Amino acid sequence: MAKIIMTVDDSASIRQMVSFTLKGAGYDVIEAVDGKDALAKVDGAGINMVITDLNMPNLDGIGLIRQLRANPSMKFVPIIMLTTESQDSRKQEGKAAGATGWIVKPFKPDQLLAVVKKVLG
Amino acid sequence: MSENHRQTYKEEAAELLTELESSLLELEETPDNMEVVGRVFRAMHTIKGSGAMFGFDDIAAFTHEVETVFDLVRNGKLLVSKELVDLTLRARDYIRELLDASDSSLKADPAVGQEIIAGLKRLVPAAASTVAPASPKAPAAGGGDARDTEATYRIRFKPSPELFVTGTNPLPLLNELRDLGKCHVIAHTDTIPMLGEIDPEVCFTFWDIILTTNKGVNAIRDVFIFVEDSAELKIDLIDESWGAGAASEYKRLGDILIERGDVRPEDIERVLGKQKRLGELLVDEGVAAQSLISSALAEQRHVKEVREKRQTVESAASVRVPSERLDSLVNLVGELVTVQARLSQTSARRNDAELVSIAEEVERLTSELRDKTMGIRMLQIGTSFSKFKRLVRDLSKELGKEIELTTSGAETELDKTVIDKLNDPLVHLIRNCIDHGIELPEEREGAGKPRAGNVHLSAMHSGAHVLIDIADDGRGLDAGAIRAKGIEKGLIAPDATLSEKELFSLILAPGFSTAKTVTNVSGRGVGMDVVKRTLDELRGAIEISSWKGQGSTISLKLPLTLAIIEGLLVRIRDDFFVLPLSAVEECVELTARDSGMAQGRNIANVRGQIVPYIRLREQFTIDGTAPEIEQIVIVRVDGNRVGFVVDSVIGEHQTVIKNLGRAFRQVEGISGATILGDGTVALILDTAHLVNAATMQEKELI
Repeated sequence: MAKIIMTVDDSASIRQMVSFTLKGAGYDVIEAVDGKDALAKVDGAGINMVITDLNMPNLDGIGLIRQLRANPSMKFVPIIMLTTESQDSRKQEGKAAGATGWIVKPFKPDQLLAVVKKVLG
Repeated sequence: MSENHRQTYKEEAAELLTELESSLLELEETPDNMEVVGRVFRAMHTIKGSGAMFGFDDIAAFTHEVETVFDLVRNGKLLVSKELVDLTLRARDYIRELLDASDSSLKADPAVGQEIIAGLKRLVPAAASTVAPASPKAPAAGGGDARDTEATYRIRFKPSPELFVTGTNPLPLLNELRDLGKCHVIAHTDTIPMLGEIDPEVCFTFWDIILTTNKGVNAIRDVFIFVEDSAELKIDLIDESWGAGAASEYKRLGDILIERGDVRPEDIERVLGKQKRLGELLVDEGVAAQSLISSALAEQRHVKEVREKRQTVESAASVRVPSERLDSLVNLVGELVTVQARLSQTSARRNDAELVSIAEEVERLTSELRDKTMGIRMLQIGTSFSKFKRLVRDLSKELGKEIELTTSGAETELDKTVIDKLNDPLVHLIRNCIDHGIELPEEREGAGKPRAGNVHLSAMHSGAHVLIDIADDGRGLDAGAIRAKGIEKGLIAPDATLSEKELFSLILAPGFSTAKTVTNVSGRGVGMDVVKRTLDELRGAIEISSWKGQGSTISLKLPLTLAIIEGLLVRIRDDFFVLPLSAVEECVELTARDSGMAQGRNIANVRGQIVPYIRLREQFTIDGTAPEIEQIVIVRVDGNRVGFVVDSVIGEHQTVIKNLGRAFRQVEGISGATILGDGTVALILDTAHLVNAATMQEKELI
């Protein structure tokens, strides 16, 4: 069965690109527009991995990671955050909240797939 | 990145800019509303981040500058002022311009952008401007310094117990290392508590990995990039490819353990006094856990293997062998296959279980040996392709034509004998293309084609065959001229209705040439029938297609090998014959009643289709009467289904082809012989020849 990856980003273009790349590699993708939307879609979805942006309205990436880690079904699911190079401190914050890894924007589809493979096997 | 994605980005950015504008205006009213500041920051952040991903580098670079300033505002280091809002609004308009400029010829004026940035920088207090120097941390994916030489590393990966809490699974990381090169992974599991006390959310294990790779140490660090803060990671270079050879004995176990700091030298000295294996001693003494010893032993073994492999690679990459030796090897294998068949037959007759099992073993080994030996004789056809380049160059110069030879599939492998025999036919075919096919440059221009003609040689595998195409973009075959010539030479009746394919195949007949003048290149009418004959010898087929004014393609279909074929063994009275299995389509029964119904004509009705057949008993004038029920083996010859009537079909047979002696070379209808398990000789039928002969006879009767 295809693994399910959730992409959380308020930017439709990034969501589209991530989702297009992942689907092309044989994954199933669930899209969410921000942290709040992501939390609403998590339960029972059987998500194997989350790729989230950090800066989002309503609930940002860090908050999302914290809440996901508090959810028993999501406690050990890999979470990758999308960051920009200027956000080194945010990266640390994300790691402290329980993020598995990060991808620096801008990234190419190959890099995204390499990271997915790294954490998802 | 697809245009579709860029379009989505543009729409999104336009929306964000509108939002940015309203947020900025709101900010002007309530300068200390941090929520609005956050909104402004986010909008710019998304414009920047996505912009860089979809190729809008100018937008990303510009927005980055504005975003940096708002980062300061967000962190309380800069206050919102009217000037700031003004400048940011101008920046917003400028981004809009950049966005519009991307799909029109209008170019945004970079001076405007620089002015805005300069203005923003003036607002930033000196102290604050030094924050956040962009740390150009390489993204997780991607190379590291690739290097050509191999090196062996020892990696100790000791994750913190909280590894799992960040959703990290160490196994993909280890697999990623395996992708880098030869890899030994040793897990240290000594610290895993008893089942009752185990906390499944804690990582107790750590790993030693011995890796030989040419990717360099950075590639290894990249693997662990997400966990480097939360794990103890030690990478040591322990062996490099240079400096091999002389010191091929790798470090001893004790040295490795000391070097790693797992054991103290004194401990080793002490236990060495007792004459037991060092590893066991260390474990017994409790100075090192079993897994540490195993790990060190694995390292020793790994390096040894890598070094041994390096040496064998250096010494024996390839060996040159005279081709006669290969030929005699193939002959021997052929003999062996024959003897093996005898062995199998004998053992089956004796009904001795022990002998049967030996015979089966020999059969397995023989067939493997046969395949391997055939493989050795395979050569890439490319070597002969390159010879033709010269031929084309010289000939086209001589004839005043401009011709280019292109090739594809040069790596296709084919039996050496086939390649050798194929040389002459290919030369003929290419000559024909150049001489008859490709027009003079002026003529080509007149026909609206490029001045230079093209001859394309291609080879590809198709099952047990290789297809070779010779295609030109010349004038194509003139069906009318071929027809006229065919009638003139008496090859076809004046009123014969022939398909285009049949007409084209006339050019393969001996003495056929439509060229008006004979050049020293071709046109004497000796070429194509030689091609046809060679292909028959090779058990190949030839097909001609042509499009008037556009060129023609000649396709050759050749068997992969000549020495051993899969055959269908059949019997007529006491004589055995072999038909090449690749051409056999099916076998049906022929009863005396059936043949009676056809009223003496050799035609069978196979599921409503008419199949002409040849009675081999008559063809080879074999005495005796046919059995009540005969068998028709239906074979595809030159695109037609033709039956061969035999007494009985015995079955598949690995046929080692032996050439007939000089005295029998001229016998028609037989292409060779093979020896059966019991020593009997079976003749290999040349189906194409037999069909031709029968057609001729039939014509004479008419």
